[in-house]
Amino acid sequence: MKNKIVCHFSAAQADQPIVYHLVKDHDLVVNILKANINPQKEGFLVIEVEGSKKNYEGGLAFLHEVGVTVEPLSETILWDEEICIQCGACASFCPTAALSIERESMLVGFDNTKCVVCGMCLDCCPTRAINLYFEVREAV
Amino acid sequence: MAVQKTYEEINEKIRRGEAVVVTAEEVIGIVAEKGIEKAAREIDVVTTGTFGPMCSSGAFINFGHANPRIKMKKVWLNGVEAYGGIAAVDAYIGAAQLPENDPENKVYPGRFTYGGGHVIHDLVAGKEIRLEAIAYGTDCYPNKKVESVITLNDVNEAFLFNPRNAYQNYNCAINLSDRTLYTYMGILKPRVGNASYSTSGQLSPLFNDPHYRTTGIGTRIFLGGGIGYVAWNGTQHHPNVPRSEQGIPLGGAGTLALIGDLKQMDPNWLVGLSYIGYGATMAVGIGIPIPILDEEMLRYAAVRDEDIVCPIVDYSEQYPYNKPMDLGYANFKDLKSGRITINGKEVVTTPQSSYPRARQIANILKEWIKNGKFEITRPVAPLPGADADIVFKSIPPNRG
Repeated sequence: MKNKIVCHFSAAQADQPIVYHLVKDHDLVVNILKANINPQKEGFLVIEVEGSKKNYEGGLAFLHEVGVTVEPLSETILWDEEICIQCGACASFCPTAALSIERESMLVGFDNTKCVVCGMCLDCCPTRAINLYFEVREAV
Repeated sequence: MAVQKTYEEINEKIRRGEAVVVTAEEVIGIVAEKGIEKAAREIDVVTTGTFGPMCSSGAFINFGHANPRIKMKKVWLNGVEAYGGIAAVDAYIGAAQLPENDPENKVYPGRFTYGGGHVIHDLVAGKEIRLEAIAYGTDCYPNKKVESVITLNDVNEAFLFNPRNAYQNYNCAINLSDRTLYTYMGILKPRVGNASYSTSGQLSPLFNDPHYRTTGIGTRIFLGGGIGYVAWNGTQHHPNVPRSEQGIPLGGAGTLALIGDLKQMDPNWLVGLSYIGYGATMAVGIGIPIPILDEEMLRYAAVRDEDIVCPIVDYSEQYPYNKPMDLGYANFKDLKSGRITINGKEVVTTPQSSYPRARQIANILKEWIKNGKFEITRPVAPLPGADADIVFKSIPPNRG
């Protein structure tokens, strides 16, 4: 199975090699999509985790054990078709072609399942039709 | 026999609802199938369209008088300054103007989330706009301060007057440096990470009338979702540049100054834009009809993306510091495909102008003409053409 999750951690967990353990001990493929850590060493990590169901659940149990709060990542980038003027500038910045141009019609489309929430599209959209809905909770 | 049609004959057909109108995209296939002469006999009007950022746009507004009367010295609409150095309650709101307290590029790159273009969009959308004005007070205009809320319905006149729109061709922007650039051509990734372009190519008005034969002063057009007119040549109009065999300029050339009543326009076709690190501006929708007077006009109107090239320009050194550089040309068909090749490297292309919206404009204008709502116009006077001897001037170096 494959899932995108948000891991919130506090200063106590920031020193631990969490990703190392997910890969080494639980045989998971981990792709870091976004990471943020504040000066107080609290932060969050957005990762895509892939592996067998058993390993995936084992990995989540490990995160829970070390005190990392895990939330599913969903509906994070919202593309507002009403505001979009279909210029297509975003498509050339999207690394996964989640935002893409259908070349015959030159129309822009957004495939949320391909989006890795890198945020590149946010800056290049002149109408601000793309928004990041990303609830970052205080670390526990 | 050669095809000859007059503006009046075409308008007669429009009035009878018999005019044959096609878009600048559709005409390409028709000409390929039927040939120039047969198609020229059949087609009366070809419609064009473009929808992209055009900073040199703005609107004149007359607010009507306050009681007591005021001679506005400074005017703000939603905090964005409009130029008040004209008669008492007249002002000009420019698309690229920023609010007084905008952080600009102090925290680089700035966001520029609101500006004059957004004010114009909000006005046309019927939204309430905060009006503030200050004055020094005179015997005839004693009022020194006005603060109110207005809508487009509350003002006497509001008309768009855009000094430079519909640029005939434009640069394809790249970045040769090692850092990301934030420009009016959008974000340019370092080491030629992308190539940004802004034109609707085969749909673009002045590519379909490259010598301004039917587009001139007084030409009735689609402007901002309503009806507008060509007022003059635009600023930086420079028609005497190198051209292809078909007459297509190989770089920026002709421009148009456009005018039209804001009160009959549509917010879908005047949209405020925010260019990160650069500023605020406005996307303007323009569509110009090309009457097919003869075969020559049809040959022009049948121009294809592959016939159009634009110069590749570096925005790290060449453009900002006027450094001579020859980086070649990009073909518009390739630009639209999403990738072009520069010095053997494949580069992703970034459009700034909306092709789907340009196509929509050409189709709307087509319907207007077919339904007899919109007639074509013979220009009152021509624009300076390719044989003009216009010299492109620059500001003289500091003469302190």
